Amino acid sequence: MSDTPNIGFVRHEPIPPSAPPIQQAGMVKWMRENLFSNWINSILTILSIYFVVKIILASTPWMWNGVWTTSSLRECREVLQGTSGACWSVLAERWNQMLFGFKYPVEAYWRPTLAFVFLLVCIAPILFQKLPRNMLIFSAIYPFLAFWLIWGGTVLTPVVVAVSLIVGYLAFVKIERLTGFAAGVLSGVVAVALVLYLGSFVTAALPEFIALEPVASRDMGGFVTAALPEFIALEPVASRDMGGFMLNLILGTVCVSLSIPLGIVLALGRQSNMPIIKGICVVFIEFIRGVPLITLLFVANVVLSYFFPPGTNLDLILRVIIMITLFSAAYIAEVIRGGLAALPRGQYEAADSLGLDYPQAMRLIILPQALKISIPGIVNVAVGLFKDTTLVSVISMFDLVGMIRGPISSSTAWTGIYWELYLLAILLFFVVCYGISQYSQWLERQLRTDHH
Amino acid sequence: MSSTTQTGASKFSLSMLINDTRYRSTTFQVIALIGLIFAMGYLVSNLLSNLADAGLNISWRFFGETAGYDINQMPIEYNNQMSHGRASLVGAVNTLIVAFLACVSATILGVIAGVLRLSNNWVVSKLMAVYVEAFRNVPVLVWILIIFLVMSNVLPQPREFRGDAATSSMWFDMVAFTNRGVYIPRLVLGDLGWAVFAAFGLSIIGVFAFRRYARNLLFNTGRLIPTFLPSIGILILPTVLVYFALGSPIGLENPALKGFNFKGGLHLRLSLIALWFALAIYTGAFIAENVRAGIQAISYGQTEAAAALGMRPGRIMSLIILPQALRVIVPPLISQYLNITKNSSLAIAVGYMDITGTLGGITLNQTGRAIECILVLMLFYLVISLSISAIMNVYNNAMKLKER
Repeated sequence: MSDTPNIGFVRHEPIPPSAPPIQQAGMVKWMRENLFSNWINSILTILSIYFVVKIILASTPWMWNGVWTTSSLRECREVLQGTSGACWSVLAERWNQMLFGFKYPVEAYWRPTLAFVFLLVCIAPILFQKLPRNMLIFSAIYPFLAFWLIWGGTVLTPVVVAVSLIVGYLAFVKIERLTGFAAGVLSGVVAVALVLYLGSFVTAALPEFIALEPVASRDMGGFVTAALPEFIALEPVASRDMGGFMLNLILGTVCVSLSIPLGIVLALGRQSNMPIIKGICVVFIEFIRGVPLITLLFVANVVLSYFFPPGTNLDLILRVIIMITLFSAAYIAEVIRGGLAALPRGQYEAADSLGLDYPQAMRLIILPQALKISIPGIVNVAVGLFKDTTLVSVISMFDLVGMIRGPISSSTAWTGIYWELYLLAILLFFVVCYGISQYSQWLERQLRTDHH
Repeated sequence: MSSTTQTGASKFSLSMLINDTRYRSTTFQVIALIGLIFAMGYLVSNLLSNLADAGLNISWRFFGETAGYDINQMPIEYNNQMSHGRASLVGAVNTLIVAFLACVSATILGVIAGVLRLSNNWVVSKLMAVYVEAFRNVPVLVWILIIFLVMSNVLPQPREFRGDAATSSMWFDMVAFTNRGVYIPRLVLGDLGWAVFAAFGLSIIGVFAFRRYARNLLFNTGRLIPTFLPSIGILILPTVLVYFALGSPIGLENPALKGFNFKGGLHLRLSLIALWFALAIYTGAFIAENVRAGIQAISYGQTEAAAALGMRPGRIMSLIILPQALRVIVPPLISQYLNITKNSSLAIAVGYMDITGTLGGITLNQTGRAIECILVLMLFYLVISLSISAIMNVYNNAMKLKER
């Protein structure tokens, strides 16, 4: 019974695993797999990194050395004394012009700003279903509020229009229950027109730019019977004074929101089995989609006035809104037609078998589903349209790009400056468009009803 | 015996027009038609009375009148004594030139970016994502203006190429980048120059014939012959042989500095280059997304199945994935081509004389015939759009999944 004293060491626990070879672990492994997996990848990686580093090295000092406080490009160059640096002062000095245009009254800048803040509040409940539903009341009020804030004039103008729409809606609901959809729509339209007509005696219900008589003065006196032109009035601003990024936003939001209902009507018309209605819609859609927006803007600029009754004085901004709305309605109609076509036939048949008539079937069964499918497409059109609003600079309206190309670049103080200005334009458009497209992707995930 | 006659069906009352589904759609269509006719009539009568007030009329005679303005890029013969019609034609050709150049480069750029965005290489795929998002979300007009301004500010003036102390020099004595444009060599055709082009055209047909032969061989016998190198050989060798056999009938005319400017060669104006690059880069970002979506639409099972059959990755891509992905990629690709053609009308912002610049710009301003000019301008774009759509429909029908 001998102990085994000469055994020096007995291991009681397993040896801890040694660290993996350095090439198979951590950062190195990741880099080997993702950056240098073969020689093509290695070349691509090195090239890309070289490219990125070069851009960063070139642009960082330029941005960092930027001058913010001078009043002309010459002074900027004196301050910089030949070193690389941006002349950000142009942004500091012309910031308001780029946002609001160069004619919008300075003391009224708070109005479009407020309208913009309200815009965010207004679209929040539309974008996010989880927000309280009664916020939608504000969304319904918003168009009238925004109009009043941006264009000014008496508050009665938008109020009369709003009242007319409410009365029209009530008439529609009442008559539709009694007779049918078509009669309901008809009576709704009649009611709107009637209230607008009556309202025009109380105030100049139709603002200057849709007045049928050429308006000499700017005091909103289009109608002689305007009894209360100064009732809770803001200083009126003519729409030719709108400009800058504000104009892009106005055109974008107004045209997209107007073109969605029009697009729905066109899409339904194109899907209908009545050959004449279908034909009208097809010709309209294909025509609009076949021509560039610029030609339509030319139409708005020089031709459209010929088609209105003699003496009509339509504002350029309104003519542009009409043409851009028609333009985007055609595209939205195609998107919605895709949504309608994607619905299984069973949905249409189910609606029929429930005894719903066509308007009911569309409103209760078909459109809610078709619109849901079409949301990504509609958002794409909206983003495209928002970018296309810059085209109005071609017909000498001073939107953001128009301001940069026109008054700012040609002013003596800032001739020859371009990177700083266009970088701001890129940034503004990128933030809005990228934001919208990210929202659309988020919404697509939310609305997905199949379970992946 | 009195038979029950169905009097109700034959009796027609006015209310059936709206309440009876047999007549209702006709009623609505007739109402719509009448409404349309009235609306059109109203607009046309407004138009006529407005034109009468302004002392104008509709006339197409101005197309034959002398234009009297110069166009800075003339792919076909033109001088300012020629007619407005001729000027519009020059503009139309210029539109087609820039649209064609931009379509080709946007496709190349888009396919490369789309494939690279799916690459395993983290840096590259992120870089491509940045490219796509940055260019897609900013108006193309801004890109056109930026490229134009940067080039005209950064590139050297022609006089900097002059003298012994020149600060700039040409590339290989052939290409000069100046702020007035890029000068490249021009091809000068000799007497037999056409023969070289004919040989090249025949080689292209030959390549297709060879690939068809190789495919039939593969399908019929299972023998796989190499196609890539032979294709390149067929493409290049005959042309080169013909070229030297005929004693170099095609020469190059290099641009050269004469006085204060370059003469000779081909002058690509900055406006053309800015428009071309901007359209290519902007649309390339959209095409990249289409390509990516097309490749991702093919389920991974296809790749695995092909791999299980023992195919190599390159062949999996070219024989299995791409043919299926193309069915998804091509329709949006064509509509991107349409967008390029329509967006080329932004030429007016940088002074490139496309049809919007000649017919819709100077001709319109000179003659004041807005309605006629814009109508013809729209018809031009409409014809292009509709013909491309027609081609696309033919293609779609040919590529449709053949289901039984």
